Order: sequence, then C-alpha cells, then structure tokens
Amino acid sequence: MDKEERAIVTVIGQDRVGIISGVATVLAEHNVNILDISQTVLQEFFTMMMVVDLKGCRVDFNRLQQELVGKGASLGVQVQLQHADIFRYMHRI
Amino acid sequence: MTALFSSSEVLETIRMVQAENLDIRTVTLGISLRDCATSDLNTTCHRIYDKVRRKAERLVPVAEEIEARFGIPIVNKRIAVTPISLVGEPSGAEDYLPLSETLDRAAAEVGVNFVGGFSALVHKGFTSGDHALINSLPQALSQTERVCASVNVGTTQAGLNMDAIRTLGLIIKETARLTAHQGGLGCAKLVVFCNAPEDNPFMAGAFHGVGEPECALNVGVSGPGVVLAAIRQHPTADLGTIATVIKNTAFKVTRMGELVAREVSCRLGVPFGIVDLSLAPTTAQGDSVAEILESMGLERCGACGTTAALALLNDAVKKGGAMASSYVGGLSGAFIPVSEDSGMIRAVEEGALTLPKLEAMTAVCSVGLDMFAVPGDTPAEVISALIADEAAIGMVNKKTTAVRVIPAPGMKPGDVVEVGGLLGRAPVMPVNNFSPAAFVARGGRIPAPLLALNN
Repeated sequence: MDKEERAIVTVIGQDRVGIISGVATVLAEHNVNILDISQTVLQEFFTMMMVVDLKGCRVDFNRLQQELVGKGASLGVQVQLQHADIFRYMHRI
Repeated sequence: MTALFSSSEVLETIRMVQAENLDIRTVTLGISLRDCATSDLNTTCHRIYDKVRRKAERLVPVAEEIEARFGIPIVNKRIAVTPISLVGEPSGAEDYLPLSETLDRAAAEVGVNFVGGFSALVHKGFTSGDHALINSLPQALSQTERVCASVNVGTTQAGLNMDAIRTLGLIIKETARLTAHQGGLGCAKLVVFCNAPEDNPFMAGAFHGVGEPECALNVGVSGPGVVLAAIRQHPTADLGTIATVIKNTAFKVTRMGELVAREVSCRLGVPFGIVDLSLAPTTAQGDSVAEILESMGLERCGACGTTAALALLNDAVKKGGAMASSYVGGLSGAFIPVSEDSGMIRAVEEGALTLPKLEAMTAVCSVGLDMFAVPGDTPAEVISALIADEAAIGMVNKKTTAVRVIPAPGMKPGDVVEVGGLLGRAPVMPVNNFSPAAFVARGGRIPAPLLALNN
C-alpha cells in the first residue's frame, strides 16, 4: 500500500465505555481502514493509537480531523489525527 | 503498533507539542525584489506590492494546511525581502517611508505578521540608498506595524563601520521617542548586525540576501521547553551526558523542521532554503533558554558558570541539528532575548543577570544583546558604544552578533517596559555611566581583524 496515506489517530483522556467504538465509527463512515490499534493506561489516562489508511477516505483530511475531534469532545477525550510522516521523520532517518 | 511506529515515539512527539511547547516558530518566505527597482519611487512601490502579493498569497493557507496535517503549530508566517536600500536606490528618493508603507500593506494583504528586509548593508560604507534607508528608519518603524528593519554595520572581512554605528545610536533614540506611547516598540523591530546571515528566517533581522535565489523557503524551529524537559530527566548526569541529551533532542526537533520546510516549499513550488536550528524562547512558562541553563545546576541565569553552560547548550544544539537537516543556516543556536524569555526576565529582576554578563553570554550564543531595555535617558553615544562592543565580539569571533535595544522612554532601572505580544516585557537594566562620547565621535572604520586575512 501507499505509505503516504498513513495517518495516526491518538486518543488521550479518562477511560470510559465506547471510546474505541466511537472513533472507529467515524473512521468507518468515511471508508478509512484501521491497520493497527494499541492502547495503554498510563497514570489513569487512557491512551489509544490507531494507524489508519486514508487511501480510500471519502472526505478531505481537515474534515476527517474535525469530525474526530468533535467525536472526542462528545466522549470527553482528546483525539488527534496526524499524518504519519511526522512520526517517521522525527524518529527515523 | 506496526514496526514503523512505536507507541512511545508517537507519545513522545505528542507530549513535545502539547506539554513542552514544541512548535515551528516561523516559516519565512524570502522574495527577491531586485527586479522591482526603478527610477521612479511610485512605480517601485507598485511593483513591490504586486510581487509580494503574487509570490506570498498562498503562504499562509499552505502553512495552515501543513499545521493541520502534522498536528504541529506553525506560530508565525513571515516574509523576508531584498534589502530595501538596494531596491529604493535607483529611484533617487531620500525618504523611504513610502517603501515601508508598501511592504506593510502587502504583508497585511497576504496575512503575515512581519515582513523583514527594510535593511541596509553598510559594513564598509554607505551608498545614497543606504543613507536614505537609515534616515527613514524612525518614521518607518513608528508608522508601520509589520515592517522589520536591520542594518549590518560590520563583518569579519570588512571591519566595523563606526560612522554607521554612531548614526544608529541617534536613530534608535529617535525611534524610541516616536514610539514612546508604545514603550519604544519601534526599537524592537530594528536589529543592528555584525556578520548578518542572508537566510535567517527569524525576525526582526530577516532579509533575503543578495546571493539568494528568486524565492526561498526558510524555516525556524524552536523547542526550549523540549530541551528543558529532557535535561530535567537527568538531574545528576555529568555535562558530557547533558550534551548528548541536548543533541538527541535537537535532532528530533530539527527533523520536524526539515519535514515542514520540505512540505511547504513543495506545495508552494519554491526552493527549500534552510532550516534554522534555533532555540527561540517565549514568555510561556518552561519555554525558556534561561531555565535550560538553570536546569544544568545554576541557581539563576547570570550566575558564574552561565557562559559555560550556554556554550555547551549552543554547541550541542548545532551538533544535533546539523545531522538532522540537509541544509542548515540562519542563526542556528540559542537565542537569549531578555524580554521574550520568562527566565531571563526573572534573572534580571532578581539582580542575577546584569548587562556585562549578558554581553559575555553573547560571545557564545547564536545572536547577541537582544530585546533588552536600558533607561530612556541613556545617551545616543552610549547606545552606539554598546553596539560597537557587541559588533566587535562578532567580528573577532567570526560569528553573527546583533543588538536590539529599547531605550525605554521615561523609564529608569527597575521599571518594566511592556512591549506586548510575542515581544514580551523587558525590565530596564542599568548601563555603565562613564562616557564613551569621544571614542564614538571619532568615527571612521575599525579595520578587519588579522584573522580576516585568510586568502
């Protein structure tokens, strides 16, 4: 697959029911495929990361970002969508 | 996580941005205005306005796209232009205020907060355009909002132009007088350089040098907070280890700058110039170069040991950053502006940091005596002599030095001048009261040092 389409969704906040489902629903509605998920609980904070593929995404990056942030707000957690290059570039040569 | 992305690395990046104030401090588009010079000032102004608008119209929207894409704030979007003394000279005009007003309007039109390059390079002497520009500085700086100015008064190769330095003492005083209602704000937009870099993206000293291409995209990274957090994790490590910690951090910060620079330049269709690996503080708590020095074990910035700690920091930032970018340039090091750094402000207010110590620090930092205030009644020749001292440090050490001083109108040591916004607040520092007047009045040129004779 085309690596350039990879992005990372991070969710940070208080753990509660429905976080993964809420975020995954937004992604599915726009045909965004989830490639990988991991989650940890650090000092009572729920941290989830998803590697997603935006290749088939039917809305533009900003719109998807806004919807995810909005979903996060309704769940009481902070959601971010960032292009994967930022992580690759910062930590890899 | 897939092998490409480790959870700890992803979290580290997010922590750097959210908790440690990591950002891209500036994306600066350099634009050559050489083809705008004409024999008529009005025509020159029209050409400048059209060209800046045309070349920079997509800068802000593209930078905002990249901010969203990577989740990294780009704090400032700016423009640097060819030194205006060169562009205005063929017009024969003696008043360059219309040129500064044109730049101000064009900058507002494309949505950038500063445009740099109302500048003259006079390290060896003046042309008519240089005179016109320098004489226009007080009016230009008091009547425009976004225009930044700089004058290069010396180089290691040419020596110091003491006539220019004498004149600039007067110009700075006059600029403070004309902007007295804003605490002398005009002076915060004027940098006096020795060995000015031609590709520096940071204001107020940015200009698009004569050796630069038609357009170039230069990026200034930042990240004092990230370095501070990294050092605090090693409270007892020896200084060699601290240098390594700083290098590792500077590497990561610079990689981010490199990525942003490449993406923005690609989308704008403009060549990528350089990444400037500077630690640029802000007044936000923890985003302070002074606090980095204190985190190495100094009770306050300004204590004995401060110069050594700053030398270590400045060098480690360069070493880490140089590996991370294909083109490094600009000033690249640690900035120590007083008014823009909460730790520096505190150090001055508590009496830990004095002007002589600040001057010593500039011998090992990336720029110079920056954003500090002196009493409003400081004579022009004292300001000139202060500039001469700082320029001499740059000339002899083959490095950039600069002075950006605010003779705070009506203020005395202990008062605090509020410059506002990113420029912060500057506690007024006492200045040596013995007079350098006769020395400054001599004028002439201080010859280039022996180390300039290296051909």
